[in-house]
Amino acid sequence: MYDIIIIGGGITGCAVARELSRSKAKIVVLEKGNDVSVGTTKANSGIVHGGFDAMPGTNKAKYNVLGNAMFDKLAEELDFPFKRNGSLVLCFDETQRGGLDELYERGVKNGVPDMEIISGDEARKLEPFISEKVTAALYARTGGIASPYEMAIAYAENANVNGVEFKFSQEVNGVKKKGEIFEVACADGTVYEAKVIVNCAGMFSDDINNMLCEKKLYIRARKGDYMLLDKACGYMCSRTVFQLPTKMGKGVLVTPTTHGNILIGPTSNDVESKEEVNTTAAELADAFEKALITMPSLSRRNIITQFSGLRAHEDGDDFVVGESNVKGFYNVCGIESPGLTAAPAIAVELAEQVAKALSLQPNENFEPVRKGIPQFSKLSDEERRKLIEKNPLYGKVVCRCEAVTEGEIVDSINRPVGAKDLDGVKRRTRAGMGRCQAGFCTPRIMEIIARELGIELSEVTKCGGNSQVVVGRTK
Amino acid sequence: MAVKNLVIVGGGPAGLAAAKAAYDCGERDILILERENELGGILEQCIHNGFGLHTFKEELTGPEYAQRYIDEVAKRGIEYKLASTVLEVTDEKKVTYVNATDGVVTVQAKAVILACGCRERPRGAINIAGMRGAGVFSAGTAQRLVNIEGYLPGREVVILGSGDIGLIMARRMTFEGAKVKAVVELMPYSSGLNRNIVQCLNDFGIPLKFSHTVVEIRGKDRVEGVVIAAVDKNVNPVMETAELIPCDTLLLSVGLLPENELAKNAGVALSPVTGGAVVDDNMMTNVEGIFQCGNVLHVHDLVDFVSSESENAGKCAAEYINGKRGADEKVTVKTVKGVRYCVPQQLSRDGNFEPLNLKMRVSNVFKKVELTVTCDGEKVYSRKRPVVAPGEMENITLNSEQVRKLKTAKEIVISLEGGDAK
Repeated sequence: MYDIIIIGGGITGCAVARELSRSKAKIVVLEKGNDVSVGTTKANSGIVHGGFDAMPGTNKAKYNVLGNAMFDKLAEELDFPFKRNGSLVLCFDETQRGGLDELYERGVKNGVPDMEIISGDEARKLEPFISEKVTAALYARTGGIASPYEMAIAYAENANVNGVEFKFSQEVNGVKKKGEIFEVACADGTVYEAKVIVNCAGMFSDDINNMLCEKKLYIRARKGDYMLLDKACGYMCSRTVFQLPTKMGKGVLVTPTTHGNILIGPTSNDVESKEEVNTTAAELADAFEKALITMPSLSRRNIITQFSGLRAHEDGDDFVVGESNVKGFYNVCGIESPGLTAAPAIAVELAEQVAKALSLQPNENFEPVRKGIPQFSKLSDEERRKLIEKNPLYGKVVCRCEAVTEGEIVDSINRPVGAKDLDGVKRRTRAGMGRCQAGFCTPRIMEIIARELGIELSEVTKCGGNSQVVVGRTK
Repeated sequence: MAVKNLVIVGGGPAGLAAAKAAYDCGERDILILERENELGGILEQCIHNGFGLHTFKEELTGPEYAQRYIDEVAKRGIEYKLASTVLEVTDEKKVTYVNATDGVVTVQAKAVILACGCRERPRGAINIAGMRGAGVFSAGTAQRLVNIEGYLPGREVVILGSGDIGLIMARRMTFEGAKVKAVVELMPYSSGLNRNIVQCLNDFGIPLKFSHTVVEIRGKDRVEGVVIAAVDKNVNPVMETAELIPCDTLLLSVGLLPENELAKNAGVALSPVTGGAVVDDNMMTNVEGIFQCGNVLHVHDLVDFVSSESENAGKCAAEYINGKRGADEKVTVKTVKGVRYCVPQQLSRDGNFEPLNLKMRVSNVFKKVELTVTCDGEKVYSRKRPVVAPGEMENITLNSEQVRKLKTAKEIVISLEGGDAK
């Protein structure tokens, strides 16, 4: 019997878990995937939004602005990649200029500090590779970028160290309330009990809500395709660059990632299935065409990979946060953009509500600081020498493109809430994220995973489930 | 700081041959840095035969061919370090490497030979849409899994690209009981050797579909099928021809890219055509004392040619250290009319008229052409070729008299004449 069950190990579930671990409580996170951050969290823009986009008075506006302000301290405490690089919204047509003013005013109403409308030339001074056609731009200095999956992993590790359990391959297919106690049934037959449920199930949070609550929710899968460009062209973009939404559409963004690549996208396309994360040729082409409007000299030759993610769009067009009409059942649903920015603020507020409702005592042993894996590629030669002296595995480079060592890979597997598959290692260490896209390191990383987890090489998966990399021994 | 006369980055066929030749030219202070746990490079996973026909006049497997050079290096007592990754090479020829026992070490070299090979073009670089589950491998990764690890990557296979590794893997997977359903090639011709098409596809009844490509990958956790389609003249897919091939594996053999991150960092000028350095006939780059050879310079078809090219690099590096070769004035070799590139791209006006080997690739399949080398309007060399193809490297050797004409000319042009060349 748990005090609290959190359903879903994405950015919101992990953040809520960590904030709740400040209190003395028995908490478990149930995740249907093989790792945390494997749904919407792993495939989104990684933008820490300024907060001028959402309509005043909405949850989106509120949590965006609150969340944005929390990132500096949070990134330091939890040691995840974050940079306040500023953002620009570009206007390409003087007749649309009113749109920028509107965004600016909305930002002021939402409480966004440090915004300014600047001329096209001023914008080009900041970002020399943007189009000659830019006539003006909204510059938001508080805009930032974060690595969304590394942020979720940091939250999860810290929650785990502070006592939260994580259970994987636990797909919830039934939620009942018996008296004061909730019963949560999983597809494999396991049943968990708790006093409180926090529904952070992302794309599937409507299904979880609708198992119990009278007020139904409806989440639509809104797919976005992305392209990632080689670090070799990373110099072309240092701020996050949006296009002013027009009648023609919302446009795409061009942004640096925290690791120095350039990311372009996302497209926006409602799809039938909540698992339909396939890119399509038409959407990829569309994304690139639109990115060229922002930055005409981007080259297709620099594309190293493509991916696609789903936004959990709730019909009410806002975040659903807080206790439902069923006492003890809390929702964090419809967390689409600016969800990553908002997650820290939502988590703090929700944790306070739950702690109060359950009259939880503070956890005196709460450790707010989490230290990430030492990144060989970012260290000085002197720091590298010291590290190798302590652990020679840090002297063996496994992923040559990103200079990731065996030491980092072993650490990623053996840490709290450690990696269990190739993608898990990749998200934690960047092994396989470089320009060769895991061509060289896949067999080596498979060997390390098999060795560290004590499994057969043929059991190693790409991303859990039936994603075994090889099908068996040779003859 | 540690000091070495010659540091060779890479202990594959190129690095080994360069080391051997440098030693035989009298250089004794040599260090080979190899990132893998064994010398031999990619040959260690190429267990098929067909290597060494030119060099040794016999058919060897990849590991056998590599062993001959490993033995030569061992016989000479040349120093090498394994499991050692080079992190940086500077234009001042400082080489920084890391391994588990030495930690991070910087060596000041008099000359550096970059022999670090190439990598495979991945899925992302060719923009195939669809799902991202397991079962998509570059052909070389699959080759390592089968030949080194002893595991089968899949049972029903489609191969995109008819590069040599893809062709070899079609046969290898068939031997292991997998069904190779098709090899799909974007171009109307293969980028692999003709002998591999015959021995690896035709002999096993594996269909090769020219002017086709993969337009979508299906399957959530694992590949369940790929959609292929014919392409038009501009290599755009014709979706009316789309066809689903159920399979659990897609192998990609869509090109090799010289691995030049170290070179770039050292200020080495690269050729946009080959992806490797621009070198002169001493195999020296624009950075004095930094040399290149093998697949990091340009992708070869046959390891025999890697070896001979690298022996030249090793010899020139040794002579450079002794002050016999330097950065002289250079004349550029122009390639026109169907000739895509020539290596070396430049010739040194150093008064050295030793016989010279030029390697080149053509841009398309051409028939009944004449490969010609012209100096200031005078035809210095020509050779009739019934057919030339991008997949087969053209390799010519000029005698001292011809080299003298080239190295003293104002303009050197290599072209294909006659036939359908353009």
